[in-house]
Amino acid sequence: MADFVFWIIAGMTIVSAGLVVFNKNLVHAAVSLLFTFFGLAGLYAFLWADFMAGAQVMIYIGGILVLIIFGIMLTNKIRSVNISHSSVQRSTGGLVAVGIAGLLIWLVIKTPWKTAPAVEPTGTVDKIGYLLMTDYLLPFEVASVLLLVALIGAAMLSRKRQ
Amino acid sequence: MDNLYSYLIIASILFSLGVFAVMTRRNGIAVLMGVELILNAANLNFVSFSRFGGMNIDGHIFSLFVIILAAAEAAVALAIIINLYNNFKSVNIDEAQQLKQ
Repeated sequence: MADFVFWIIAGMTIVSAGLVVFNKNLVHAAVSLLFTFFGLAGLYAFLWADFMAGAQVMIYIGGILVLIIFGIMLTNKIRSVNISHSSVQRSTGGLVAVGIAGLLIWLVIKTPWKTAPAVEPTGTVDKIGYLLMTDYLLPFEVASVLLLVALIGAAMLSRKRQ
Repeated sequence: MDNLYSYLIIASILFSLGVFAVMTRRNGIAVLMGVELILNAANLNFVSFSRFGGMNIDGHIFSLFVIILAAAEAAVALAIIINLYNNFKSVNIDEAQQLKQ
């Protein structure tokens, strides 16, 4: 049963990622990206990463995807032109992408990965909170400054000139 | 499902789809979607290595920081794209060749 659900989620992730890449309509691509992010959250749940699954849903779907859809709405005339766009150098890009995919999958299959025996799944939230306040305190603070800088920078860049 | 290989293969496929989008799409927002796919593939790798390397939480922390960086990157990239649209009336990145209009 779990196997079946896993392959459903994996297939949904890959097929919707393919739709993101190949769909001509930008809004359709953004909606496909929603399903990709949801599928990744499901894969995180399979990997016992409960906090990461929640963060994926909240930040990627609730934040980044909404930003992307806002960007599509603000940069296209919705009523007059249909929101589609072309792509360039398809053959070169396809060759490079297939080459990278083949190389990576070959490496993944060939490499004898060292895996540790699985421990019992427990909640990760308390461990992540503990590590963020001890070992990773400096990156945590730097990330907060970075988010503030990105906020001010985005507001500066997109406002109207006086 | 309970092995490392399936997750790594899914991440490889997502990564190469993202590379394809970055290489071939003309619209800046579609390129941004490809970058998000690439970052998500890297995140999936981090979390799956963390799970199969004895449930080490450091991988989760790293991918959490990747998500934070992706949020900041998306905000700034969309501000730049909207500026580009205001200046050139188009978001096709191959038409934006001049630094000044």
